[in-house]
Amino acid sequence: MTSSHVPDGAAIAAETGAIRPRRRRRRGARAARGSVPYLLILPVAAVIGAILGYPLYKLVTLAFQQYGLPELIQREGVWIGLENFESVLRDSVFWDTLLRTAVFTVANVSLTIVIGTLLALLLVKVSTWVRILLTAGLVLVWAMPAVVAVQVFFWMTNFQNGILNYALTQLRLGDFFQHDWYATTFSKLAMVTLLIVWGAIPFVTITVYAGLSQVPRELVEAAEIDGAGPLRIFRDVTFPVLKPILLILTSLSIIWDFGVFTQPYLLIGASHLDTSNYLMGVYVFIEGYAHSDFGRGAAISLLMVVIVAALSVPYVRRMVRMGDAA
Amino acid sequence: MTSATETAPAAQATVRPVAIPRRAALVRRERRRRARRAAWNVLGLAVFLVLVFPVFWMISTAFKPDDEIVSFTPTWFSLDPTLEHFRNAIDRPFFWDAVRNSLLVVAAVVAVSIVVAFLAAVALAKYRFTGRKLFIVLMIGILMLPAAGLVIPLYVVLARYGMTNTLTGLAAVHVTFLLPFAVWTLRGFIIGIPRELEEAAMVDGSSRVGAFVRILLPLVMPGLVATSVFVFITSWNEYIFANVILSDQSNHTLTVWLSYFYGTSRNTDWGALMAASTLTAIPVVIFFLLVQRKIAFGLTAGAVKG
Repeated sequence: MTSSHVPDGAAIAAETGAIRPRRRRRRGARAARGSVPYLLILPVAAVIGAILGYPLYKLVTLAFQQYGLPELIQREGVWIGLENFESVLRDSVFWDTLLRTAVFTVANVSLTIVIGTLLALLLVKVSTWVRILLTAGLVLVWAMPAVVAVQVFFWMTNFQNGILNYALTQLRLGDFFQHDWYATTFSKLAMVTLLIVWGAIPFVTITVYAGLSQVPRELVEAAEIDGAGPLRIFRDVTFPVLKPILLILTSLSIIWDFGVFTQPYLLIGASHLDTSNYLMGVYVFIEGYAHSDFGRGAAISLLMVVIVAALSVPYVRRMVRMGDAA
Repeated sequence: MTSATETAPAAQATVRPVAIPRRAALVRRERRRRARRAAWNVLGLAVFLVLVFPVFWMISTAFKPDDEIVSFTPTWFSLDPTLEHFRNAIDRPFFWDAVRNSLLVVAAVVAVSIVVAFLAAVALAKYRFTGRKLFIVLMIGILMLPAAGLVIPLYVVLARYGMTNTLTGLAAVHVTFLLPFAVWTLRGFIIGIPRELEEAAMVDGSSRVGAFVRILLPLVMPGLVATSVFVFITSWNEYIFANVILSDQSNHTLTVWLSYFYGTSRNTDWGALMAASTLTAIPVVIFFLLVQRKIAFGLTAGAVKG
């Protein structure tokens, strides 16, 4: 681990270039100063190593063990090689869930990014007072705890006297009297999507809006004078500036939506949760924790962590480059 | 549009000194601009209404008498508001336990994670050292870990040390997952402080620690407050680990307590559920409104460079 590696002062000095030759005699003091950053990161490294390092190691070993409730009590698993992985990869539920989650993630991420960006563009167009109002609304939505949002959505989409059925009927969009939004898998997941997109838009909108302030005004005006339409201006002037921000937002959204748990677990769970409407987060939770088959659950978790890790490579690389530059 | 075309022929009919049509064109453009802005404003207001409607509906339902809640034609505001649902929510078993548990966990998480994260943030912002990059990768990598995927090993490990069903166990897990975030955000705040200030203090004869306490700390205070509040909010809202780790009802945090609120969908006490939801959301919403501006860009910092 990084923290336990005590470097010699000279190496640090060479790297920082901070130490001049005439101070060479104060070698002891310098070495002590060289260890300062390591002492500073030691507590973080220790906490993370203790609370996360061991479970991560455990995750890998559990995946190769028979580990149920009896093993949990005896604190000793039985090694069974690749059996958990075989069982998971042969299970059609795993593949169905993976595919469903992929489709769900694509739908949620595109909706979030597109609507969020459109709202950010709208923020630029409106008068100041509308902008302040809208921003306050966005922040309010952002702050809502997920569990609270689930309860409110469940109440609004309730089939008996939910406001959604009433509003849709009043708007003459059809007869939604006592329409049950939790009747089909598609409809259930659509409700979860509605909830997630609603909750995720503020972050995207506010970030993209901040990015829009970097679009050079002169360029937009020049393009307007040259007769470029709004679409053309967005494509050739605005979008290139926003691109890095949109990339980061997209990768973050993919990672979050792929592993989402609270919203589908609680919103679908309120009516009926089964293998036909699992998402990865729910699947791993139920297979591993709720069924107390920790070994098999760990195998699924490991597969999930690997997928998410692969998905997050672009984001992590970008952030590391920034952090390293500063 | 019509008014603009009306002025145009009049201007064209005259001898056309250059200034007049130009002014007419300006007026026309100004009018069109205003009309367009008004249209955008209307759209903006519509979006605002749709966006905040769920929050409004939660609060509105919480104050409505039962007959208005179950009515097939909903009322927007109750003209006859009641506090009964709030009383019911508070009187439900374990409400005060949940409030106390949430506050205990959050207080411990904020205290520990801010102090520990601050030290590491100073190291990242002020020093270059071998392994720095690895440390950054580690921090960001942890931010990306899917919580659902770690429930099982964390549960098994906590069970081994008898820490399941304890608030300490939950707080430890929260600290771990919030540390990378806190380090990353605080680092951003510390970098924002000009190095010269610190150096000036050192020239004045302060030690590095002295300079740190007298110069750096006050300057970074707003960042510390903002990060603490964000940690507060995330820990307060967290559900999956709290649900798994805390099995006794008396140990539940507010979000877990709230998640067990509904019975079957047919006989849910909607009024009390919305009152309970409102109570759960209030502290978070207040704090979030206070600091959102300061911290919103932590996760994308650098991509948005002012």
